[in-house]
Amino acid sequence: MQKLNQLKESPSQTAGPYVHIGCVPNYSGIPGIYPEDLGLRMRTDATKGEHIAIKGVVWDGTGTALKDALVEVWQADAAGIYPGSDPRGEADPTFTGWGRFPGDYDTGEWTIETVKPGAVPWPNGGMQAPHITFWIVARGINIGLQTRMYFEDEDNSADPVLSRIEHQNRVPTLIAKKTGDGEYRFDIRLQGTDETIFFDV
Amino acid sequence: MSEGTFFTRDRSWHPPALTPQYKTSVARSPSRAQLSYPMTLSEATGPVFGHNILGELDNDLIHNFAQPGESAIGQRIIVHGRVLDETGRGVPNVLVEFWQANAGGRYRHKKESYLAPLDPNFGGCGRAITGEDGGYRFRTVKPGPYPWPNNQNDWRPAHIHFSIFGQGFAQRLITQMYFEGDPLIWHCPIVSTIPSKEAIEQLIAPLDMANTIPMDARAYKFDIVLRGRRSTMFENKLEGN
Repeated sequence: MQKLNQLKESPSQTAGPYVHIGCVPNYSGIPGIYPEDLGLRMRTDATKGEHIAIKGVVWDGTGTALKDALVEVWQADAAGIYPGSDPRGEADPTFTGWGRFPGDYDTGEWTIETVKPGAVPWPNGGMQAPHITFWIVARGINIGLQTRMYFEDEDNSADPVLSRIEHQNRVPTLIAKKTGDGEYRFDIRLQGTDETIFFDV
Repeated sequence: MSEGTFFTRDRSWHPPALTPQYKTSVARSPSRAQLSYPMTLSEATGPVFGHNILGELDNDLIHNFAQPGESAIGQRIIVHGRVLDETGRGVPNVLVEFWQANAGGRYRHKKESYLAPLDPNFGGCGRAITGEDGGYRFRTVKPGPYPWPNNQNDWRPAHIHFSIFGQGFAQRLITQMYFEGDPLIWHCPIVSTIPSKEAIEQLIAPLDMANTIPMDARAYKFDIVLRGRRSTMFENKLEGN
């Protein structure tokens, strides 16, 4: 029999306590190597769509805020198109779709300034409700954790990801609360009875 | 959308979330099963970074934080390799970021308290974007091993952290590179979160005498493998052919 000759993915290792040195060096106190940290600005004043801000904290199983986490997000633009690599066409050129946010060193809180994404197609037809993909790394996390954030003020009833979740009582862990005009709150809990749903896709 | 998506991740090859010998994982590991669904555009697409973000010294950690005319202290090395996917294809135009301790094993970070000194000419981070064949390279000093609070006497082997983007967000990966022959590798509670010796070996860069620059810097070769991509509807666009 022939061999498949496939390689194995490089195994993950924790991002460690100093992930900020590599990913947001200016924020971590190493100025001047890069003009600015990548991913801090996702939009400009001219970006189409509703401008929003999302605040949150990553919490550990004891209820303590992670102050050394790094959160990355990836989302479609207001029209539902992904910047740069979407086979359906070009996204809003003023929008990056990707952001990277360190938690505050004292509180662990991050703030994501972006636009509300449009709906995105599901592979077998239909649409997914507007959502943002999150990827979380930190000391003590051996492989990056992926989850999704949905919006409390959108119609999520037909979303194919949310509707396939057996434990519907856990779905609220994926839904950001609206806290003001254009303001949302999305906390991520790594452990416990209200542990955030994480995905393996 | 069966085309253009990525091979299923082999979770048995990666560390599990809960690894009690690495104590910080205990309160930071999800305990419920991760849920799966068919890959969508949200995972199959990912951010694209242009070569125009790169500065001239971004891949030279010996000089990118040094005063003019000075350079970082330590063993001069070159780290080079290719970013591949599980099919063996090079992955072009993806961002690779790296960070590390200095030659004495000290990070430039306000939370770092190891008594080894900072090097005023060493910042500790750099980045590159892969070429058409998936290749990347950078110059640095070999990082030192260092003690860390876990058990009473744990030491990290010399290592360089890597953050790698792929062509889809599903390929996103952070890992660490170790150095051939370092005896600390086999004592490290973080290394041993990886279940198999075979998988650990995949993170150990061999000395590469062929690419060593005489009278200048030794070379270490470190290939990185991302999840394989099925033959794809995006190929024309992403690979420019």
